Amino acid sequence: MSSLFQAADSRQTGETAVVCRGVTKEFGHGETKVHALRGIDVDIPTGELTLLVGPSGCGKTTLISIIAGLLDPTAGDVTLLGQSRKHLRGSKLIQFRAENIGFVFQQYNLLPALTAAENVAVPLLIAGEGRAKAVARAAEVLDQVGLGDKVNARPSQLSGGQQQRVAIARALVHSPRLLVCDEPTAALDAHSGRRVMQLLRDTTVQPGRAVIVVTHDSRVYEFGDRIVSVSDGRIQDIQVRGAAPLSAVAE
Amino acid sequence: MNWLAWKMLTGDTAKYLGIVFGVAFGSLLIAQQSSIFVGLMRRTASVMLDISEPDVWVMDLAAKNVDEIRPMPDSRLYEVRGVPGVAWAVRLFKGQVRVRQDDGSFRQAILLGLDDASLVGAPRTLVMGNLSDIRRPDAVFVDKAGYQLLFGNVPLELGRTLEMNDRRAVITGICEAHAPFQTFPVIYTRYSQATQFVPSERNLLSYILAKPQDGVSPQELASRIDAETNLKALTSDEFFWFNIKYYLENTGIPVNFGITVALGFIVGAAIAGQTFYLFTIENLKQFGSLKAMGVSNLRIVGMILLQAVLVGLMGYGLGIGMSVTFFEVTNASGMADLRGIYVPWQVMLITAVAVGFIVIVASLLSIRKVLVLEPAVVFK
Repeated sequence: MSSLFQAADSRQTGETAVVCRGVTKEFGHGETKVHALRGIDVDIPTGELTLLVGPSGCGKTTLISIIAGLLDPTAGDVTLLGQSRKHLRGSKLIQFRAENIGFVFQQYNLLPALTAAENVAVPLLIAGEGRAKAVARAAEVLDQVGLGDKVNARPSQLSGGQQQRVAIARALVHSPRLLVCDEPTAALDAHSGRRVMQLLRDTTVQPGRAVIVVTHDSRVYEFGDRIVSVSDGRIQDIQVRGAAPLSAVAE
Repeated sequence: MNWLAWKMLTGDTAKYLGIVFGVAFGSLLIAQQSSIFVGLMRRTASVMLDISEPDVWVMDLAAKNVDEIRPMPDSRLYEVRGVPGVAWAVRLFKGQVRVRQDDGSFRQAILLGLDDASLVGAPRTLVMGNLSDIRRPDAVFVDKAGYQLLFGNVPLELGRTLEMNDRRAVITGICEAHAPFQTFPVIYTRYSQATQFVPSERNLLSYILAKPQDGVSPQELASRIDAETNLKALTSDEFFWFNIKYYLENTGIPVNFGITVALGFIVGAAIAGQTFYLFTIENLKQFGSLKAMGVSNLRIVGMILLQAVLVGLMGYGLGIGMSVTFFEVTNASGMADLRGIYVPWQVMLITAVAVGFIVIVASLLSIRKVLVLEPAVVFK
């Protein structure tokens, strides 16, 4: 792990976007039961890019699915932007996600029938904004990610790195307070991956917004402010960039 | 989101056109075959469509359909005239004759003998000639399609002669008539003339046509005639359906067309359903992304239903359009087999219901897949 990062306590003072306490997730029953998460305690602060790292199958994707409200924990509490997940259910949870969370997927998941600007406008359309206004706003955001000349291009006409930048723009267009990125560089070559991470670093991290990036690519560690290591469904280690040495993570 | 649904639908042009043409093909088959069936059934009662003045048709009790009747003695006419509530009652001959043409060839024809005095039942539209010309000796009117059956695709001409039962008939008028069930010429003449054109029988009176007086309903008059004369009296409407019911119950026509219509429905449903289902499956990741980004299940269902309705409307419009165009072309070209057949509004409505059922079922299969989709699948 990079020497830029030092161990940190799992509990964090200051503004916190996500608080997980004893989060457990199990799949299946009986002999086939899978313990994906085993009592996770972690705080994700705003104003930072937090990397969730670990080998395949360690539970990091399950953890961000729970954090983003896409899965319910089997046990434990999650507080998301000051609201307990226990009170965010059904349509309230869907509304909360639409207003407060942006997603960047590994495979981009752009709609092939839409142009880049139209894809970026989707969260605004979901919020009920008019199409023309949404697309105009989307074009501005595309410009911010360096794709101002690609507003009318379809995903098939863009490279992998460009598609991921469109996806990042889509995740930002409605100014979410939490950005969740699942392996954003996995489908990209090293150069494109660095560009995307740099873009994430430069455009998404700001006061009041937490950015979580799930990755197993150690080359992107340098872009994170915080690295949360997950293994076998447990937090193994939390490292913070440039912080004073702290005691190891409490069990 | 409606716009988004539309863009997702039309984004994959091949699948979109596949669904639309699947629905269109199903619509075409259902509408076209149903229309031909309805047209053929109407043809069985074509004489009732041509002879619209009477409200009541009176016939022997043994009558099975418009063509299978037992002729009545002429005295029956006076019995019917004596029933209270009858404004008028006239005779009508209907039968089939063998027509010999100048070149020696023979053809079967339908012969209608109209009441000499009133000419009730005379054709409404004359293409050539005047109605009064039917009173001339040996005069007959022939329907336009029948003229072409007799003489070929030649210019219409009055004065041509035919021979029926070794009696000469002169064509003094050419008229329009509804296409009969069998592709035979329809020949009009006076009743007294008709009895000369057919082989001699003891009784020749086919029908008595009656009209009720003011204040008496056709149903009431028919019941009175039934009771007082022991003849079968039916209103025009009743006789129309009586005739069609016979053909539905005693021929293979409904089964034959029913099978074709069912096949059209099944083929349309299979193509549309399978393509729509595949379309949704291939867009599952996109739907999952939308769910993750905050689109509720209800809105997703709305999007899919909108897509189904749109392809349904387009496919239906295309299918009905092709059916209507087909019959416009066949009617304009004068094809005797399909003359007078069109797409009635009832067939359009039934086809719309069938298409609606097809697209709703196709979309429900897809909706189920999307509803059970976990948003977290987008992270896989």
